[in-house]
Amino acid sequence: MVIEKSVLAIITTNKDKVSGGAPIFICKHFEELQKTAANLEAIIDGIAHALSDEVFIIVKH
Amino acid sequence: MNEYTMPIVFGVTIGTIARILMLRTDYRQYPTYLHGKIIHVALGFIAGSLGAVAVPAIMEMEFTAVTFLTVAATQFREVRNMERNTLSEIDGYELVSRGKAYIEGIAISFESRNYLVILTSFIGTLFYLVWNVYMAIVGAIICFIISKILQSGSTMKDLVDIEYSAPHFDGAGLYVDNIYIMNIGLPERQEEILKYGMGFVLTPKNMNVVNTIAHLGQRQAILHDVSVSLGVFRDSGTPALVPLIKRDLDDGRIGVFILPQVRDVDKAIKIIGAVPVLETAIRMPSRSNVHNKEV
Repeated sequence: MVIEKSVLAIITTNKDKVSGGAPIFICKHFEELQKTAANLEAIIDGIAHALSDEVFIIVKH
Repeated sequence: MNEYTMPIVFGVTIGTIARILMLRTDYRQYPTYLHGKIIHVALGFIAGSLGAVAVPAIMEMEFTAVTFLTVAATQFREVRNMERNTLSEIDGYELVSRGKAYIEGIAISFESRNYLVILTSFIGTLFYLVWNVYMAIVGAIICFIISKILQSGSTMKDLVDIEYSAPHFDGAGLYVDNIYIMNIGLPERQEEILKYGMGFVLTPKNMNVVNTIAHLGQRQAILHDVSVSLGVFRDSGTPALVPLIKRDLDDGRIGVFILPQVRDVDKAIKIIGAVPVLETAIRMPSRSNVHNKEV
């Protein structure tokens, strides 16, 4: 089976909400979260999706 | 020189002319300059020869000679494979890919045009031998017209009504009208998308069309053609900036989200309207017996 989409990174300001296999980046506030997400998006060619204001994921499509 | 020389030369010539007339290079820029064209004109010449030679062969009672037309069929299937392979190889390097269905459509038309060439030169030579050169010219012109008619299929504006609808965000969700396109997390990306993006809603005109425009290959063809004609605000490494088409499951409308460099609504509507309807995407549920009984 070919996996077409995968979560490459999780960026969050609330570490209680996340755990698991993908690399997790914990940020202090929303601005830092946005910056980290923008950088990661550019670096790993994924798209930054917002699950909520606290949790962003980078997904490779 | 014998009695067949002139008719055969005539047949081959009009066959080749027919191929050149059918070889249009337009906004799709395919086939591209010289080399691509030479291949197809040369194959048109071969097709023309096959069609022209078939007539004297029949007249000389050499019926077995007609079997070489099967060789022609194999040869032109090979043309289709060649086009498919070339385009599929290139497709990975397109900013907005053509998609397999579009490629198949192009490959099919390359193959079928060679058969039209065979028909044209066959008719030309036949009329020349049976009547005279003037009848042959009339026959050839009729074949040209038939080829032109067969060459042009319907376009999107025959199937759908196209309306502009500015894209907007609801939270992180990008919408065109009420059709959900994708989730964009970063506010700066959202701003870019609102600045450069355009949205269109395509409403199907009847029930047959609903399935056709839902076809993923057809949707990709729309995106490709729009990106070719209007440019695309995108680069490798910016996966968030991607033109997309999503479907409204309730009524079969599709929402087209594009990122053109030329943001002209009227032009975009015209270009979407001129996208060819892919043969492989056409469905005719209204012809289904079961359906007609129920309704």
